[in-house]
Amino acid sequence: MIYNDVLGIIFANMHDESISELTTVRTMGSILFGGRYRLIDFPLSNMANSGIPEVGVITKSNYQSLLDHIGSGREWDLSIKNGGLHLLPPFSHNNSGLYRGRIEALEGVLPFVHNSNAKYVVMADCDVVTTIDFRAVIREHVRNNADITVVYAKHQFTDKGIGSRASTILEVGDDKKVKSAIINPDILGVANRSLNMFVIERKILEKIVERFAPEGYASFDRQVLQQNKANYKIYGYEHKGYYEKIEDINSYYQANMNLLDMENKKNLFLDSSPIYTKVKDSGPAKYKEGAQVKNSLIADGCIIEGIVENSILFRGVTVAKGAQVRNCILMQNTQIGENAELHAVITDKKVKVGKNKLLTAAKSNALFIKKNQKIEDD
Amino acid sequence: MKKECIAMLLAGGQGSRLYALTQKMAKPAVPFGGKYRIIDFPLSNCTNSGIDTVGVLTQYQPLELNDYIGNGQPWNLDRLRGGVHILPPYQTASGSSWYEGTANAIYQNMRFIERYDPEYIIILGGDHIYKMDYSEMVEFHKKKGADATIAVLDVPLEEASRFGIMTCDDNERIINFTEKPKQPKSTLASMGIYVFTWEKLRKYLVENEKTGESKDFGKEIIPAMLSDGEKLFAFAFEGYWKDVGTLRSLWEANMDILDSDVIDFYDPEWKIYSRNLSLPPQYIGAEASVNNSLVCDGCNVNGKVNDSVVYSGVTIEEKVVIDHSVIMPGAVIKTGAVIRYAIIGEDAVIEKDAKIGVSEEELLRDKGKNAEYEIAVIGHGETISSGIVVTPGQMIPAM
Repeated sequence: MIYNDVLGIIFANMHDESISELTTVRTMGSILFGGRYRLIDFPLSNMANSGIPEVGVITKSNYQSLLDHIGSGREWDLSIKNGGLHLLPPFSHNNSGLYRGRIEALEGVLPFVHNSNAKYVVMADCDVVTTIDFRAVIREHVRNNADITVVYAKHQFTDKGIGSRASTILEVGDDKKVKSAIINPDILGVANRSLNMFVIERKILEKIVERFAPEGYASFDRQVLQQNKANYKIYGYEHKGYYEKIEDINSYYQANMNLLDMENKKNLFLDSSPIYTKVKDSGPAKYKEGAQVKNSLIADGCIIEGIVENSILFRGVTVAKGAQVRNCILMQNTQIGENAELHAVITDKKVKVGKNKLLTAAKSNALFIKKNQKIEDD
Repeated sequence: MKKECIAMLLAGGQGSRLYALTQKMAKPAVPFGGKYRIIDFPLSNCTNSGIDTVGVLTQYQPLELNDYIGNGQPWNLDRLRGGVHILPPYQTASGSSWYEGTANAIYQNMRFIERYDPEYIIILGGDHIYKMDYSEMVEFHKKKGADATIAVLDVPLEEASRFGIMTCDDNERIINFTEKPKQPKSTLASMGIYVFTWEKLRKYLVENEKTGESKDFGKEIIPAMLSDGEKLFAFAFEGYWKDVGTLRSLWEANMDILDSDVIDFYDPEWKIYSRNLSLPPQYIGAEASVNNSLVCDGCNVNGKVNDSVVYSGVTIEEKVVIDHSVIMPGAVIKTGAVIRYAIIGEDAVIEKDAKIGVSEEELLRDKGKNAEYEIAVIGHGETISSGIVVTPGQMIPAM
């Protein structure tokens, strides 16, 4: 049973710096997304739904929110005796456990990887929101007799630099062999964008880390996919499903808003592979007399008395009478006071906007309000 | 291991007055209030009251209920010592028998109870919606030095004959108890929640087995204890409490909770726990309008919803009207369907343009008259074909 012979590794902090607004108080993996999720819910649920019995989550810093969120892994059915979920906090003999790249991160957890005894390792970051069956990737990996399989998606780059500058672009042959990898280029047009998900033979992964880490090489994409591609059988796997790649606060905003399109939502949340998340036991969402809600995603526990349009409200958000919320992302327990007006605003958790306040921004450059901030008259 | 107090939850009743909703599931498993099932209320009360050992006595159609309770984790009742235990009737060397009444059900599970060697035992029903701190009742029981304590509620006189009614002295001691009296002498009604000193109850259960006829708390045990001069006290409860044993009262309770003062679902200190499905947040469409209603995760609402409770995972298509109704989990309401004063069962499908419940003409006719309508009910999993009309009070059971 090859699917049982797989170790999953999730990099919770990778790409933190690209969205620093949201990661000063948390890891990339614990960024809130889509009304009730955190980014790590996607790779973790995908691994659980793919039958991967053991998953390690590598963290670096600010991981308290992550710990709290994933707990014992029960929500993902990974609270089991053999295998299950392991949170791997920084542990290192050098440089205080902080890592610069995938290889360095793996160096800190090499004994864990080794002891798993799995034949294959599936690695994923938390910057891609998608539903993917890793069993299909592993199947193709085995069929190709590959050493490494990189998951990619075709993407149309329309603005020079936007999107591609934070991506590894692959040239893939008809035989699915990866011919070259370019890191963070400025390009236009259709290209194969790496989704930072890999299948790799465990023993090969260990050798890579043992070889490059002591020399101070941190980046897997650079060292392996680019510089040493001749030494490994590297294949590509095209993911054709719906996905969103989060590279900065603007793409974060857009990725959330895209879920208001029913087609996208249907393609992300498949009945056959649910996305699990921590249960909070909030009450039902309440629409009071006078509420006017249109084209919005609303989580349980919200209490709405005002106008909400084209917005995403996380659990426990309250919108008072006469308030108007348009094109906004309001995270958990945000409170919008009476007659306040918000347009294209992202509020982090527990933000309080007082009565009659007016906050507006352009959709292309949404206004971000930090956790716990109170915007009201004294 | 010793526990000071354990709870026994009577969940075996058929709930025959819920007809179409309890054909295939026990009453405590019936969905309530958007994302809950009836049994979530007593179970959450136990957890919130610090009672960590609960026996759930099941008998009628237990499949759904067993599945729902599982290991008790959603209520924090998956414990190494104690926790939730499902207790169906079982076979013994001397034969086997179904639970023959509330007292008999407890009698048959004496061995379970004695494993915890409790000082006190609290008996709960599985058909009431309320928030209550049972630990206060146990404290009251201790303070009074009672043998039994009954939770009581002041009810309107005209409703009193539906309940066990008692009279008390100035010290809250019960002098008289009558089950469902034709001419009630007071309005203090039993809520079906009892605290007993286990030693005492044990004695009466054993005696009742030998001599009793109905093997029931209200009919036998309480009157027997009273006539023996045991110390029975009434613990007054204030707050929302609703028996949801009939279709009408189930519908009413759903309407009641639209008023935020009735039951606070948002109190972090006293959450109502439930087994959650992994569903995405609800989507309210561009043409939708939702007013004075509760809606839950996984719903997709594109029609008009007023004064209603919409449970998890419900689909409401365009041009649908839902008014004063209860739409249970997973139901699908298709384009143009109109539902007023109705209960739609779990996973039921209402096809295009079907009309369920009160018609627009009737509403117009009665405008301003504060009319009361019969509730139309569609059973779990039932499909109502396109264009069909289901009149007020009509009930379509599941096939």
